[in-house]
Amino acid sequence: MKRKMEVSELIFKIIAYVFLIIFAVLCMYPLLFALSSMFSDFDAVGNNKIILWPVGNLQFNAAKYVLTSSNFWVSYSNTLFVTFIGTIWCLVYSILGAYALSKKRLLGRHGFNFFLVFTMWFSAGVVPQFLNYQSTGRVMATIFAGSTNMADIDLKWLIVIAMGMNATNIVLLRNAFEGVPSEIEEAARIDGATELQILTKVYIPMSKATIATVALFFGISRWNGYFWAYKVTGAAGQSYSWPVQVYMRDFIQYNTGLTGQYESETAAFTIGEGTSIAYAMVIFAMIPILVIYPFIQKYFAKGVNMGGVKE
Amino acid sequence: MFKLKCDDFLIYDEATGKYTMSAEQQVRDETERNKWKSTGFTILKDWRLYLMLVPMLLVYLLWKYAPMTELTGAFRYGDFQYVSDRPWAGIENFRNIYFGANSESFWMAFRNTFIIAFYGLLFGFPTPIILALFFNEVKSNIARSIMQVCVYLPKFISTVIVTSLTLALFSGNKAGGDVGVISKFLGAISGSEMLHDRLAGGLVYTVEYFRAIYIVTDIWEHAGYDSIVFFAAVIAVSPTSYEAAQIDGAGKMAQMRYVVLPSILSTVVIMLIMKIGGLLSVGYEKLYLLCPSSTYNNYTVATVVSTWANAMGSYTTQAYGIAGEMTNNLIGMILVIGANTISRKAADVSLY
Repeated sequence: MKRKMEVSELIFKIIAYVFLIIFAVLCMYPLLFALSSMFSDFDAVGNNKIILWPVGNLQFNAAKYVLTSSNFWVSYSNTLFVTFIGTIWCLVYSILGAYALSKKRLLGRHGFNFFLVFTMWFSAGVVPQFLNYQSTGRVMATIFAGSTNMADIDLKWLIVIAMGMNATNIVLLRNAFEGVPSEIEEAARIDGATELQILTKVYIPMSKATIATVALFFGISRWNGYFWAYKVTGAAGQSYSWPVQVYMRDFIQYNTGLTGQYESETAAFTIGEGTSIAYAMVIFAMIPILVIYPFIQKYFAKGVNMGGVKE
Repeated sequence: MFKLKCDDFLIYDEATGKYTMSAEQQVRDETERNKWKSTGFTILKDWRLYLMLVPMLLVYLLWKYAPMTELTGAFRYGDFQYVSDRPWAGIENFRNIYFGANSESFWMAFRNTFIIAFYGLLFGFPTPIILALFFNEVKSNIARSIMQVCVYLPKFISTVIVTSLTLALFSGNKAGGDVGVISKFLGAISGSEMLHDRLAGGLVYTVEYFRAIYIVTDIWEHAGYDSIVFFAAVIAVSPTSYEAAQIDGAGKMAQMRYVVLPSILSTVVIMLIMKIGGLLSVGYEKLYLLCPSSTYNNYTVATVVSTWANAMGSYTTQAYGIAGEMTNNLIGMILVIGANTISRKAADVSLY
């Protein structure tokens, strides 16, 4: 028999539903707002007339402009490059390192773990990090371009190899590898498998879910990265290697009036046009995330459930 | 005659009055002497394992630890381009930012860091827990999944997009025409035209509203995703516990108080440690995008130590920036270690 619901329970339930529905709607609202603004009349966009649905005559000029803008697609391809190569690079050294760290027989294991975890506690800071990237750029220029000016090399490569580090992801991988039963490894070893074979044939297939999660964390942070890419490319004055986030921010800054830097005499667009185009860029830059998001969503619980960052 | 008590490793010879080493001790010494050999042998045998470690160590050494060598710049005058060329200054730079010419802006940034971090913790920490408790009330799996998909999403939107949308929704009427949607809404509920006048550059650029906007958008970004871990803890509570509480006559609130909260406490403590640990590393990317330079009106409330140091980027002022951020990060590190130690002692829960 169904138990009768008490009044306090009912009230709690109603509050819960109302709160959650409002919160969920608020989370989606800005995206709908951007989408509507992208297709709304330019004047309506410039005058902040959009509230929910597109206002005025639907226009596709903003989308058309973005689709045909070579600068935008150059930056987009830069981001694709940085995301793909950068994610693979981060995954390779993280998996190798995490595998070694997961082995009890590794001498100095606690020392190496501390080496890793310490970077989560203390960081040198923005200025030292920037000085470090600059000297990295100089060294790379010396090796690959024969000069000491970091503008002479394609800074995409610097972004790929030197950024996107995340100790938490390595700890996640290490915990996953530690969870693989050692009997399987021993069996493989008796069959004559080498260390690398054990990693690729036993450990990686058995930790697929965690590796997928970590790959997505790396990938999304690469796709969304702004600050360091902006600093490094800005210092070298190299706009051809801008990722899409940097390009988008630059466009928004000078063409929408949102950051107070709009000059109607020098801007290429009216505020309405510029803002509408900016929203179109926002939507285009979000598409890859929105496409993979439903597929990765089920892995999240695994990703955040770290089981403690024990050493 | 006095005789040493050392039977376990030396043997006393009565006749000669001399000590000789026991056989066991000789073996022990031998093993000790050869220990490095066996260590070396283990490393040699597992050389592939150590080789696998190398790329990771190298990456962390080059781009996480090498920047720390630039910290010596905090103790040098900022005259030359390269930190290593600069003459030593002792604690001159620290004196400058604590008490001297730059002290006002440094303490402003430091205070802002604390205030933003504190409000972020005060309002940002309970929200995901509340969300998780509420999700537990939604018994329909489909409805809950849809809501969860919606609330997790903002976490994956880039900072550039989040800040641009924030600026747009809270924007003013500089271009003529209306103000942004939320500005409009706030104007309507406060019922004052005065609010509209003040919005020339947008609410984000006002001293009064900046902090509230920052905290609210931060919650919007992170609360949903952060609720995952609490929700996992809440659904782990066994249904029999609820039934037992109901039989004892516990209402909804009593069940929350005596059944759910004790079960999720350890998760809450761990997450709190993590939050306190990251307290002073407030998101500089977002703050930088919302207040890129000192010309903005919200400069006095939006500048945190990282963005302040970033603004001190030129060669002459770099030293102050490095010194200031080093202070901030050292305090942050003490906070992590302190929070961890306290929780280990008090609740037997620790992260590291």
